[in-house]
Amino acid sequence: MKNYIINALVKLWKRGSRLMIISKDEILHIANLADLNIKDDEIDEYAKNLQDILNFVNILNKVDTENVEESIGVVNNTNVFRKDEIKVFEDKDALLQNAPDQESNMFKIPKVI
Amino acid sequence: MSREDYEMVIGLEVHSELSTKTKIFCSCPTEFGGEPNTHCCPVCMAMPGTLPVLNEKVVEYAIKAGLATNCKIADVSKNDRKNYFYPDLPKAYQISQYDMPLCEHGYVEIEVNGEKKKIGLTRIHIEEDAGKLNHDDYGRGSLVDLNRAGVPLIEIVSEPDLRSTEEVDLYLKKLKSILEYIEVSDCKMQEGSFRADVNVSVRKKGQKEFGTRTEMKNMNSFRSIIRAIEYEAERQIEVLEDGGKIDQETLRWDDVSGKTFPMRDKEDAKDYRYFPEPDLVTIKISEEMIQNIKNSLPEMPEKRRERYVKEFNLPEYDAKVLTQEKALSDMFEQANNICKNPKTVSNMIMTDIIGYLNFEEIEAKEIPFTAQQLGNLVLLIDKGTISSSIAKKVLQEMFENPREPQKIIEEKGWIQISDEGAIKEVVLKILEANPQSIADFKAGKDRALGFLVGQAMKETRGKANPQMLNKMFLEELKK
Ligand SMILES: [Zn+2]
Repeated sequence: MKNYIINALVKLWKRGSRLMIISKDEILHIANLADLNIKDDEIDEYAKNLQDILNFVNILNKVDTENVEESIGVVNNTNVFRKDEIKVFEDKDALLQNAPDQESNMFKIPKVI
Repeated sequence: MSREDYEMVIGLEVHSELSTKTKIFCSCPTEFGGEPNTHCCPVCMAMPGTLPVLNEKVVEYAIKAGLATNCKIADVSKNDRKNYFYPDLPKAYQISQYDMPLCEHGYVEIEVNGEKKKIGLTRIHIEEDAGKLNHDDYGRGSLVDLNRAGVPLIEIVSEPDLRSTEEVDLYLKKLKSILEYIEVSDCKMQEGSFRADVNVSVRKKGQKEFGTRTEMKNMNSFRSIIRAIEYEAERQIEVLEDGGKIDQETLRWDDVSGKTFPMRDKEDAKDYRYFPEPDLVTIKISEEMIQNIKNSLPEMPEKRRERYVKEFNLPEYDAKVLTQEKALSDMFEQANNICKNPKTVSNMIMTDIIGYLNFEEIEAKEIPFTAQQLGNLVLLIDKGTISSSIAKKVLQEMFENPREPQKIIEEKGWIQISDEGAIKEVVLKILEANPQSIADFKAGKDRALGFLVGQAMKETRGKANPQMLNKMFLEELKK
């Protein structure tokens, strides 16, 4: 990042307010959604880390966007399309090459009910 | 309180696979079947470092579906990630659309007991299909086939406007018919290319607020959908009547037992953490693009129906039945182009062909013979080569072992006897064997003539020309 942006962010941060406080329940819920097992004694650590990230991002809420046009994506391009034409991927063996286990040309995984 | 004091409130989310040649974000073929993982590439297998590129036809088809269902088309739209873990979803997120779908605020019109009713459409959005899980022979693991992963879908979300299973049936048939007419989807239910998530709740008649709803996912036959709704509404009413309350949950419909069961994962899993897809850019839709797609829309069922009445003099009811399904309607028109006999073609489709389809439970687009062959069959009747009762047998044969009707009647020896000498021979033979009938006829019993003609048809195994038989019997009897 360019220095002037960082300086601006630090300035804003100093003015910034705390947006939301991350609760333990929130940490457990997010861990569950992300399919992560975290230990009880790790919860505080994660809460603190996430809080720092949120606070940092919260700085952006202070930016004056009065005359800035709303954007949806990070790039200004629109309508990047592909023609509906078949291109067969030839290197089929490569596709399953890193599969931990396979059978009948399919990925073999623990049983799903 | 009883069953009659309640009404059902039903909303449907229909998923329909688009009939593009390639997948939504890569150039792999969408063709059904194929050996496992042969319609795949690093993109649809979610290999690290790959990037999606949107298929322009997917956008076009979705807009087409939106226009055909009276939707407002967005001028700006985008894709979003829907995050969840399941082994058939290789990226661990599905690229879908969240808050800016391509189409919104449409409706589909159905006719319930002769009255028109609009079923609101909340939205139509584009998304990718998931892969398929198979089970290995020894039950020790599951096998992942990603041929379907990345096949484009549109999800058509209805408002909770449906009030009975009859309305659900009409709505689904209408929607399927529209998608087939505009040729954006095959709607092959057995292949899972037209399936629905069903939301059901019940409430006391006259009550304004909706009851708590339950959801049944991925239903792919009309019959299961109807049965599942009937069962689930009944179950909810029972719970309420017993003073209980309905849990908002996802249920699994079991076709064998005819019951619904709670799914194991609870509402927690509904937190998909949608966010804008950073690997794709904004979709902007110009007025010009919408206009071009609008101009490409074909004649829709209602218009065809009106035209059939005007152009072919068909009864309103026949025109309605014929145009309900595009495959039948196309067959009617193409066959009629050959034989120029709309009434007979229409009758054959309405009674014999639809009868066969219903009996065998197959879809119109699976009819094995061509419209040309049907047209030729009607020509054979019109030329007097076969009788209409033989035509029914030929049609049956065309379903079971499709080939040219001319060939069938030659092989089976079904050609109608229209030779005067041959007919006369039969007539004389039958008269000689049935003196009682002659006496009856002379005594004023007209039914005797019918009996004699029937005997002659039997003698010729249905091949004699019935008009000629009739005429010749009369001539002989009056001698
Ligand atoms: Zn691919």
